[in-house]
Amino acid sequence: MIATTEYSQSELQANAGTVVASLEAVSKNYEKVRALRNVNFSVRAGEVVALLGPNGAGKTTAVKLLLGLIQPNSGKARVFSGDPTNPQNRLRTGAMLQVGRVPETLRVREHIDLFSSYYTNPLPLEDVLAAAGLEKLRDRKFGDLSGGQRQRTLFALAICGNPDLLFLDEPTVGLDVEARRTLWEEIRRLVDCGKTVLLTTHYLEEADALADRIAVINQGEIIAEGTPAEIKAQTSGKRIRCITSLRPASILQIPGVNDVRQDREAVEIQAREAEPVVRALLARDASLSGLEITSAGLEEAFLALTQDNGQKVNRKN
Amino acid sequence: MSATAAALSATGIERSASHTAEIYLKEAKYEFLKNLRLRVYTASVISFPLMFYVLFGLVLNSKETIGATNVPTYLIATYGTFGVMGASLFGTASGLAADRGLGWLQVKRASPMPPFAYFAAKVILSMIFSAIVVSLLLVLGISFGGVRLPFAQMVTLLGTLVAGSLPFSAMGLAIGYFAGPNSAPAVINMFYLPLSFCSGLWVPYMFLPKLVRQIALALPPYHLSQLALGVVGAGRHESAATHWELLFAFTLICLGVARIGFQRDQGKLYG
Repeated sequence: MIATTEYSQSELQANAGTVVASLEAVSKNYEKVRALRNVNFSVRAGEVVALLGPNGAGKTTAVKLLLGLIQPNSGKARVFSGDPTNPQNRLRTGAMLQVGRVPETLRVREHIDLFSSYYTNPLPLEDVLAAAGLEKLRDRKFGDLSGGQRQRTLFALAICGNPDLLFLDEPTVGLDVEARRTLWEEIRRLVDCGKTVLLTTHYLEEADALADRIAVINQGEIIAEGTPAEIKAQTSGKRIRCITSLRPASILQIPGVNDVRQDREAVEIQAREAEPVVRALLARDASLSGLEITSAGLEEAFLALTQDNGQKVNRKN
Repeated sequence: MSATAAALSATGIERSASHTAEIYLKEAKYEFLKNLRLRVYTASVISFPLMFYVLFGLVLNSKETIGATNVPTYLIATYGTFGVMGASLFGTASGLAADRGLGWLQVKRASPMPPFAYFAAKVILSMIFSAIVVSLLLVLGISFGGVRLPFAQMVTLLGTLVAGSLPFSAMGLAIGYFAGPNSAPAVINMFYLPLSFCSGLWVPYMFLPKLVRQIALALPPYHLSQLALGVVGAGRHESAATHWELLFAFTLICLGVARIGFQRDQGKLYG
């Protein structure tokens, strides 16, 4: 009996909330490195979850555990309420992983044909090529593709089986801006069809653009979880730039200042709120000039969140 | 729990047997195409044995005999073994080492591909290329070396050598699980070349130094080449069954080693 993977809107709504993939109290070590520490994390049907963290945070380890490629040292990984190594589960999942080598002498359509054959209800080749923007490249050998085209081919391999659950591990790394936006559109189109997606990335902008829910991971622990708006609210702040005779060390003493950096002739100050800090600066240095106040870049805010956590973790150890 | 909620969590999807067979065929087909288009593989696996044969069996020595067999016929058996061993080792080990080390095998393992199909495809590839090498040697020998063999003997020779690719495919899988992606070809040659020499695949057995001749008795390529030579009437009149048994035992040992590698594999990088 072959189960269809096309659900009506009402069925999808009825199933929203079902956990399709989870890590329960999972720890994973690679020799001395603790890649994941007692992580609890779940993905519900029909949502896009982004696992956001810097390199080495444990994102790829989490994905590999959910794909059954590695086993946890403690705790359980569950996919569709079963063990991830169950081959039946793989018939309903698709994965886009970071690879160093893909057979280069096979053509794009041959790669897709082979992967599609593994599934019971694959998408037609034309649909897959269209979804990944590869129609003109069907006969091109993989070795003749550019970086962005290769990523799109790996994406095609992930979706060709029409899976219910999609794992995308850093899907746009190494792509230029245009290629990244194109891939985002393709992912959004899939999500509109009701697929569940677990996405890992180190770009907050990407998580913001695609995810319903973000889990921020650093050094093997989930340090924040919530909607994109909630995460941004936790981490956003202001950047104050000015030319001042005050030394960075004394600026750090001002309450509300998170970080100070020397940038050529000026200093750049990261602070939660600008006004109290600016008042304090002006009070201490009347000759301050070149004052600029901007919203802290998303990337810097994210760094602050993970660096904070990094220091906490190091102090704990 | 509604029916569709059950469907979302239940695992009622099965592949039929014919679907699975189709997957095996496709996997083998693309493995073949992939390697055929790799000029490095095709050229070295096919052209080296042919080149050696042309040089040592057709250009030089073509009127000589070894025992009662003329040289071109004798060398089809030994270079055939050499070619089969190379096709099998390079067909399995280097691809496997590269796929493992650089993450492609993980992508395949994450997919619903039946794991065995991956290995079966590599073994079938090795057998196909083994058949090609031996057939071309026969064509050359018959066309230019005055080789005259009854059709039945040619078929048996082909069958023997192609069957003999299995032990070396197993060996290739064992090597592939422990070699790194960049060092794999060098590791393969570390085994391939000395084994070939010491088994009498280049310099015929009876011309090897005494010590080497004794070592040869323990080497799998020696046994395969003796089986092939036996088909063309140039063997040392040893029991064929013994040769097959030793090759079979060797295959099992290699598969055991490969299995250990398979189980501890968590993705080895570089090296």
